[in-house]
Amino acid sequence: MNRWVLIAPILVVGVLIAIFAIGLTLDPSRVPSPLIDKPSPAFELPSLRAPDQLLTERRFAGQVSIVNVWASWCVPCRLEHPLWMEWAETSDVPLYGLNYKDAPRDALAWLARHGDPYQAIASDRAGNVGIDWGVYGVPETFVIDASGRIRYKHIGPLDPTSMKNTFRPIVEQLLQESGA
Amino acid sequence: MIPELGHFALCLAAGLALMQCVAPISGVVLRRERWQAMAWPLAVGQVVFTIIAYGALTWSFIHVDFSVRYVATNAHSELPMFYRISAVWGGHEGSLLLWVLMLGAWTLLVAGLNRSLPRDIGASVLGVMGAVSCAFLLFTLLTSNPFERLIPAPPEGQDLNPLLQDPGLIIHPPMLYMGYVGFSVAFAFAVAALISGRLDAAWARWTRPWTTLAWSFLTVGILLGSWWAYNELGWGGWWFWDPVENASFMPWLIGTALIHSLAVTEKRGMFKAWTVLLAISAFALSLLGTFLVRSGVLVSVHAFATDPSRGVFVLMIFGFFVGGALLLFALRAARFQVRQQLTLFSREGLLLLNNVFLSVAALAVLLGTLYPLFVDAMGLGKLSVGPPYFDAVFAPLTMPLVLLVGFASAVMWKRGDWSRLRRQSLIPIAVAIVVAVLMALFGVRGLGVSAAILLAVWCMAGALAEPLRITLRRSRVKMGRAQWGMTLAHIGLGVFVLGVALVNHGSIERDVRLVPGATTEFAGYAFKFVGVARDEGPNYDADVGTVEVSRDGKAVATLNPEKRYYRMGGNPMTEAAIDISPLRDIYVSLGEPVQGGAWILRLYVKPLIRWIWSGALLMALGGALAATDRRYRLQSRAARTVTAEAESVHA
Repeated sequence: MNRWVLIAPILVVGVLIAIFAIGLTLDPSRVPSPLIDKPSPAFELPSLRAPDQLLTERRFAGQVSIVNVWASWCVPCRLEHPLWMEWAETSDVPLYGLNYKDAPRDALAWLARHGDPYQAIASDRAGNVGIDWGVYGVPETFVIDASGRIRYKHIGPLDPTSMKNTFRPIVEQLLQESGA
Repeated sequence: MIPELGHFALCLAAGLALMQCVAPISGVVLRRERWQAMAWPLAVGQVVFTIIAYGALTWSFIHVDFSVRYVATNAHSELPMFYRISAVWGGHEGSLLLWVLMLGAWTLLVAGLNRSLPRDIGASVLGVMGAVSCAFLLFTLLTSNPFERLIPAPPEGQDLNPLLQDPGLIIHPPMLYMGYVGFSVAFAFAVAALISGRLDAAWARWTRPWTTLAWSFLTVGILLGSWWAYNELGWGGWWFWDPVENASFMPWLIGTALIHSLAVTEKRGMFKAWTVLLAISAFALSLLGTFLVRSGVLVSVHAFATDPSRGVFVLMIFGFFVGGALLLFALRAARFQVRQQLTLFSREGLLLLNNVFLSVAALAVLLGTLYPLFVDAMGLGKLSVGPPYFDAVFAPLTMPLVLLVGFASAVMWKRGDWSRLRRQSLIPIAVAIVVAVLMALFGVRGLGVSAAILLAVWCMAGALAEPLRITLRRSRVKMGRAQWGMTLAHIGLGVFVLGVALVNHGSIERDVRLVPGATTEFAGYAFKFVGVARDEGPNYDADVGTVEVSRDGKAVATLNPEKRYYRMGGNPMTEAAIDISPLRDIYVSLGEPVQGGAWILRLYVKPLIRWIWSGALLMALGGALAATDRRYRLQSRAARTVTAEAESVHA
């Protein structure tokens, strides 16, 4: 019994090293979400900028749209934010924000500081909607097609390469589908 | 030419470090005295060549030699001289070199001051430190050579990262590294104990001052980092639970636990295996910090250049040292186990609780820091565990610690005495309650903040009680530096907690949009925005705002927050302007310009925020004071005469 107590530390560290090794080699790749090709889960949340107005999933109907889950406390969000600023200037596809577990005041200050690319932002203070949407962490980005179904989900921050090679092509393909 | 000399010196240092490891350790294992005796001259040689290499790199920076790739990426011909010297550690390659240099400094200190150690222990300690030096010198040479040439040399360098052009940042990394690297001494002592199989009160006494000193450096390093983030990031915060901050905080927590468990090992001969495990963990977490920062496996505001091959190398170093030490631990630690009765109501019992809370807190931080990495390792992407997790987990784990501190001097070793405890804690409790009630009357109210004030004052009063009693009674018992150091550090903890509680409770902030000439009222102060002027620095242009702060018509301060645009590009940097006073900071940072000539200004009033850093500084001073206690020096002199006698007998 005592022997095991002494061996435990090296076992724990062994597991840690294995995870680090995987972390170094494995590329974060696309994960199938159970929500892919399902209608986006219903929600009803106050708007961040105008708390007396409610936002619902019906807002997404009729056109391809993007939902970006973010928070002011999230460091990777700051990394991908310039991409969204660029998106808002260059694309007609509307970008919606889901402000996740965040104080509205902090979120607004963050937007004032870094710029606000969102058409509208739903404020999910308790994180319940995040659970419905299967949010693992922040940031995450969903692409929703014209019929209101989730078609793609990106976990983690987008970088210029994944934006160019993966994200934009998917959105463009959906635009063509809805146009056809 | 000079860079090549530096490179050559670095290669020599690596070779000497390898010998510094192999010769003494095999000497210990094979019982060859002469091999053991080689440790000291080899260590000196290794450090001398490391210093030469470091000097060569500094020379290249002072002469802004852009044919050296590292200089070209981290300097600029307009960079002021003191930033040229500090730019040596502004990037990955140079900071590794600094790491090795610091390790050399510790090696020399240990070799010079601990000559009284039994030869085999001294040789093992220097041998283990040589192995660490060797690993990091190889890491530098093989994956991140700072002397690599860039031919043809570019006409101009890319400049030092603007974030790092701040006085606080000049001394932050050296202090932090002194702390990180200093834990390698405790690690080396732990491995030496495992190799020799001997671990007694003398071992604990040798290890204690080194650990405490390393911990003091780490404290100052973290404090400077926090202070820098407060000044430079323009968010008005002092701690962000960023992975890089956590990486320095985890060894600090474990180091704190180690300092306390070493006390028990010395005084009562208990917790031996646990102390060794803590010594290994403190250094393991320092290495882990290096891995997390240098490999780029985690996303952080400290976006350092990342390179997977470096990550693999650091991971190998981590695996070798931590795995090796823990393997030794699994094989040898059984003989350190002692069967002894432990009463919870005794100083060692309370220190056990202290260790439990500190270790669990470190584990919680580790979990929060690595959770994104676990998710990453499973291929689920990168994400962020933010302050909500840490805030929720950390306070409940650390508040009991503050409560425990108040008992530190009132409960005796072996078995506490209830009536003595009651007598001694009456006044501190009374003081704590009075202060908390007074504060509540002045409007600082709330369950959390009142509890924190109560605990903080109790902790300070409890720490002061013993020295006051000794001074008032003019007792014969003199307090040594170790006790004064402990008192100071514990008061520091109280000051720190008080600062944190009030900053969290009473900070107010506002983002305002002001046109030049406009005034806004905020927290009882009037902020008049005079305007923004263009200014020119040595290697940047700046928008300098002027804000006049007044209270009831009386001028308080004129603040000049800046936004700097470094000529070599990159994001504009915010330089907050802060009016400092012991009771509150007024903090103004310049945001973005908006339409109509108006600017966004962020205003903060932060009560007692200086107390956070003052408290940390007191802790560090306390640690430094305790490390220089006479007891540790006397011991070594006594031991020296014994060895001298032994040697003369031998002759």
